[in-house]
Amino acid sequence: MNAAGAVDGVQPPAVEIRGASKIFNPGRHNEVKALEDIDLHIDQGDFVTLIGPSGCGKSTLLRLIAALVDASDGTVVVNGKTADAARLDRDYSMVFQRAGLFDWRNVSRNIELPLELMGWKAADRRRRSAEMLELVKLTEFARHHPAELSGGMQQRIAIARAMSFHPQLLLMDEPFGALDEMTREHMQNELLRIWSETRITVVFVTHSIPEAVFLSTKVAVMSPRPGRIAAVIDNDLGPRTDATRDDPAFFSNVTAVRDALRGGH
Amino acid sequence: MIDSGSQDSAEAVDDPIVFEQLLRLQAAREQRRDRMRRTGRQVVVLAVFICLLGLAYSLYKVVGTAIDDSQSGWPVIGSILPESDDLKMPPVLDIVSGIFEEPRGTNEPFWSIVGKEAAFTLREAAVGFAIGVMVGLSIAIVLTTSERLERALVPHVIASQTIPLIAIAPIIVIWGRKSFDFLPFEWQDWMSVSIIATYLTFFPVTINGLRGLQSPRPENLELMDSYAARWGQTLWRLRLPASLPYLFAAFKIAATASVVGAIVGEISAGVKGGLGRRVLLEAQRYTTGPERLYVAVLGAAALGIFVFAVISSIEYGLVGRKGRETVT
Repeated sequence: MNAAGAVDGVQPPAVEIRGASKIFNPGRHNEVKALEDIDLHIDQGDFVTLIGPSGCGKSTLLRLIAALVDASDGTVVVNGKTADAARLDRDYSMVFQRAGLFDWRNVSRNIELPLELMGWKAADRRRRSAEMLELVKLTEFARHHPAELSGGMQQRIAIARAMSFHPQLLLMDEPFGALDEMTREHMQNELLRIWSETRITVVFVTHSIPEAVFLSTKVAVMSPRPGRIAAVIDNDLGPRTDATRDDPAFFSNVTAVRDALRGGH
Repeated sequence: MIDSGSQDSAEAVDDPIVFEQLLRLQAAREQRRDRMRRTGRQVVVLAVFICLLGLAYSLYKVVGTAIDDSQSGWPVIGSILPESDDLKMPPVLDIVSGIFEEPRGTNEPFWSIVGKEAAFTLREAAVGFAIGVMVGLSIAIVLTTSERLERALVPHVIASQTIPLIAIAPIIVIWGRKSFDFLPFEWQDWMSVSIIATYLTFFPVTINGLRGLQSPRPENLELMDSYAARWGQTLWRLRLPASLPYLFAAFKIAATASVVGAIVGEISAGVKGGLGRRVLLEAQRYTTGPERLYVAVLGAAALGIFVFAVISSIEYGLVGRKGRETVT
């Protein structure tokens, strides 16, 4: 682990997991082995998707990185420090399947929430929230309340909120899972645009193979019971456009991910 | 509302996403207008309801007055329907004029007397309500910190409400007179009545507050954890705002209960002043002015409606106006 790496100009990897496992309710009748012997390396600037059938522990793995769940065994290192230290340093930000906006706050104040928790001044918060609204192209909705927005728009606000304090790492737990197909493709394009503008590292949980292949630079394929990483597939398709979705290379990578998912069990 | 800005007109928009956004802006505006209309309708409905109530009262009185012993053999009338007369049911107009008459021995219209008593009761109820909300919310917040604590204490909170109010009221008055010497101010009987009101108030606040504080979804709590929010920050920025709809439902029950508690407390504690005292007094001299008892009771009802309306309008300002209804 090169914690001092940043000093000589080399950044530590965004995520370095070694031999991590997670057992829920150990020793009790409802003991569940959610994750076993996970090794995962994510470089700064990577876009990594975790894909697998439900129950394979991909959300648990994401929460391990977020230090919302503690590993039963092994080490989870984020930006060269323990996952919990990274959480306390606000190195990452999380986006959930439900946008989870606070419906008593307007859009702008929702985006300001993490900044408030960090003690930012009101003027700075407002400026940053305006920047973020521009990033997700919803500036004219600053004063509106979440209930007045569509699911896709709410999720864009959730992304703006997550990005508001410029975290180095974005953890996304099936963020587009509840959206219809058209909105979902639009959101994927938007996310890739934001990713290329900010060069943030993204870990993205999904159970959609085309989504994983379209979005990411690396696809970590997981297998269930207990959750393991069956394969990590490099997915170098170059800059994405809508044409990418019809590209033969796209389809061959979709096939590769599908084969890896089947080979898993 | 298309005229409010040329950029709002939908014609020049071919991007479906932008088009959807414009539709939503317009829907939000229309919703605000609808809400205004609804409030106006409610006021009219209330006025009509009060008139109908007066009408029903007068109609029954006509029937009840016509009943005498000659119908004793008839079904329903004479056997079930009670007789009526001006003493049992003073005419509506007598009650209305009773509001403005000056009772013998005073040079003050009766509405003013009842109003002063209501203000006295309102003070007891308001102080009791305020203490009850603080106590109730504190208990709810403490119970939120531990599931074990919640399981242990909630049954006791519920059990506390099984003790009849009338039984504890005199005890509290006696404690107030004899045992509260350590306080920096002189204890007065109305304060004891406030404590009685508190006893009724804290319970709904604790129960609903607990539900409200636990209402945020797990991912919202995870979100706060992911931002490394402190316990107090999560309480203030997530749990408390999320519990406001629950709390206001409790506040409405608690506010009317605090008025009931104050009136019952006045009667059973023998406090001088207040609506409870007035109702007791007018019941004793009923034969010389039955309409005054009705006016006193109407005053009590008005006080209950008043505190309910106050809480409702605070709720509207704090929770209601923010477009909670979903546009789809």
